[in-house]
Amino acid sequence: MASEQTNNAKTYFWNDEKTRAIIYQIVTAAFVAFIGYYLISNVQTNMEKQSIASGFGFIEKEAAFEIGESLVEYSAADTYGRALLVGVLNTLKVSLVGMILTTILGTIIGVCTLSSNWLISKFGTMYVELFQNIPVLLQLFFFYALFYEIFPAPRQALNPVTGVFITNRGIDFPVPAPDPAWGYVGLAFVAACIVIWLVNRWAVKRQERSGQQFPTFWVGLGILLGLPLLTWILNGAPTQMDVPVLKGFNFQGGRNISPEFSALLIGLVLYTASFIAQIVRAGIQSISHGQTEAAMSIGLKPGMVLKLVIFPQALRVIVPPLTSQLLNLTKNSSLAVAIGYPDFVQVAGTTINQTGQAVEGVAMMMVVYLTFSLLTSAFMNWYNKKIKIVER
Amino acid sequence: MAETTQIEEIKPPITDVGVIGWLRQHLFNGLFNSIATLLILGFLVRVIPQFIQWAFIDSVWFTSGQECHQAEGACWSVITQNIRFTIFGYFPYEHQWRPLVAMIILVGMLIYSREWDRWNKRLGYVWIFALFVMGLLMKGGLFGLVPVESTKWSGLPLTLLLSFFGILASYPLGVMLALGRQSQMPIIKSLCVVYIEMIRGVPLITMLFMSSVMFPLFLPEGVTIDKVLRAQAAIILFTAAYIAEVVRGGLQAMDRGQYEAAESLGLNYFQMMRMIILPQALKIVIPPTVGILISAFKDTSLVVIIALYDILNTTKSVLSEPEWTGFSTEAYIFIAMIFYVCCFSMSQYSRRIEKQLEYKHTPNQES
Repeated sequence: MASEQTNNAKTYFWNDEKTRAIIYQIVTAAFVAFIGYYLISNVQTNMEKQSIASGFGFIEKEAAFEIGESLVEYSAADTYGRALLVGVLNTLKVSLVGMILTTILGTIIGVCTLSSNWLISKFGTMYVELFQNIPVLLQLFFFYALFYEIFPAPRQALNPVTGVFITNRGIDFPVPAPDPAWGYVGLAFVAACIVIWLVNRWAVKRQERSGQQFPTFWVGLGILLGLPLLTWILNGAPTQMDVPVLKGFNFQGGRNISPEFSALLIGLVLYTASFIAQIVRAGIQSISHGQTEAAMSIGLKPGMVLKLVIFPQALRVIVPPLTSQLLNLTKNSSLAVAIGYPDFVQVAGTTINQTGQAVEGVAMMMVVYLTFSLLTSAFMNWYNKKIKIVER
Repeated sequence: MAETTQIEEIKPPITDVGVIGWLRQHLFNGLFNSIATLLILGFLVRVIPQFIQWAFIDSVWFTSGQECHQAEGACWSVITQNIRFTIFGYFPYEHQWRPLVAMIILVGMLIYSREWDRWNKRLGYVWIFALFVMGLLMKGGLFGLVPVESTKWSGLPLTLLLSFFGILASYPLGVMLALGRQSQMPIIKSLCVVYIEMIRGVPLITMLFMSSVMFPLFLPEGVTIDKVLRAQAAIILFTAAYIAEVVRGGLQAMDRGQYEAAESLGLNYFQMMRMIILPQALKIVIPPTVGILISAFKDTSLVVIIALYDILNTTKSVLSEPEWTGFSTEAYIFIAMIFYVCCFSMSQYSRRIEKQLEYKHTPNQES
């Protein structure tokens, strides 16, 4: 007892670890709060001096600038809010298409680097080295320059496939002429996907119960192609196509992909694919060779070994870094501003220039990208959980 | 005695060894691979001669823009005729030797410091002196050097400056953030987590936008910070968050016993981190750290968007002159080569360090 008391007497409160921790934290919090207060008060005085309005009132005002391409109806008479929505949708469009394409391309190249064919594996390695080591912005400029410098004017359009034209105004391609039948075909396609999912579930359950296999792949393919085809025939099989035709100085009809969108998409997909290829390669290499040998010894073909044995295991190694690469693609899509594709950053930048409300503009940019990031990582976490080893 | 029968050595069939064997094994093993090989070869045969024709045979190297427009092949003149502007940008023409010398010093110092066993106190002093000399060369104002505004700094020196100081300053900041995130103190931990996750969730462009349009509003009246410094700060703050995550991985990989052993020796927190934990943790994460540094280097090109003239932007302004429009391919290939060489040597360096570390680790594990 006595010794305890003397100990207590000797320990000054500033030598106590817990007290110290509390003091450190209070000092840090006070410091951060002070900096925050100082900056905000500066912003307020500065904005008053320059007579800049604060708050998000500008969203209701007329934007008075045009946007090159848009998924929804938009004109210069619409509000800033609508313009920003157009920007968000454009960002989403290029990110979603890019994510899908880059995952496919990256996987192919990753498998290529491991090919037993010397030429193919060298090609894969060279691709990765080349595209990884060049800034994505430079690649975007390069592909954009291809469009406005190398590709010809509409009159001398490149015509790689009948009906598809590549010019300095983008890529023109035919689409089916509007007909109510196409709507039903789309519905049939969705219905086919649901049916296949149900069949798959049933087949897995039956195999677990009885051991009997069901040819899910061929039946699925049949449903996927057959159901929309049947709908198409039942609705009178419209074959009318809306083909782009050269009229005057430009193409009319069909669908056009703008050079800005194409360059951005190509640049982002090629750049990100080089990183994904490395991730896929590392994932496949992390599976021990015994797995391959075991799979081969039970008589699976090389393609089946990859599909049934290696990939399902490698996916667990691949998914977490893949997520961060797909997020990078979304974030890099903000580079659109450099080549004039009207993504969210570009629209928000124009808004900042016109209204002078930099704080609100930058805050909106951050919120939008944080939301994208959180949504993507939430989805990938869900997927990662789904493919985790189910331990018995 | 046992008969020694001369067994004739059976050689492998000629199709399994040598060039033919190699070809069979690596290019024509199986139907699919043979078809793929033939397709790739066909493609190469068509493309490579065309490329050589364009890049070397029909190309022009030292002509004016007008002659370039008539040439069949590549116009490398767009680089050779504008090399000084591309590299040094708006730095006063007659003083351009100064950034050149500064860059040579920087590259020389980097190459000298590549070996670990050369790292000592003296090298540290030499670095400080070298940085001072480089700063003096860029800024001027002493020893009869004409002062040059930082707004005139452009081209390759700006790219190197932004990336070098971005890397140099973001590293300690990132380590501090990582330590903060691992800390037991809830307020400090949550501040660090919010900072790291927020920065990692937004693109670098928003940070650069912030530095160029929002930051001036943060400063009290009459105080201005020049644009290069603001962009530099944005790059540092951005890179630090990524480094913090990598370092956190290293800290988490450390054995709990290391912390306990250090504490039982009576070391306080800072001594423990400085002498026991960080030296080991930072070593583990060298390869991913170099990955971050490479992307930081590539990302400096984004300052184009806030109208700073790094090497990419000087190239773009050359291309916007009427005399040189239409030669983007050649100019961008040149810039891509510069970036490629820098990034590739950095990644080779990281691979070498990785190998050295592996070698050093093995004897310990076996004993």
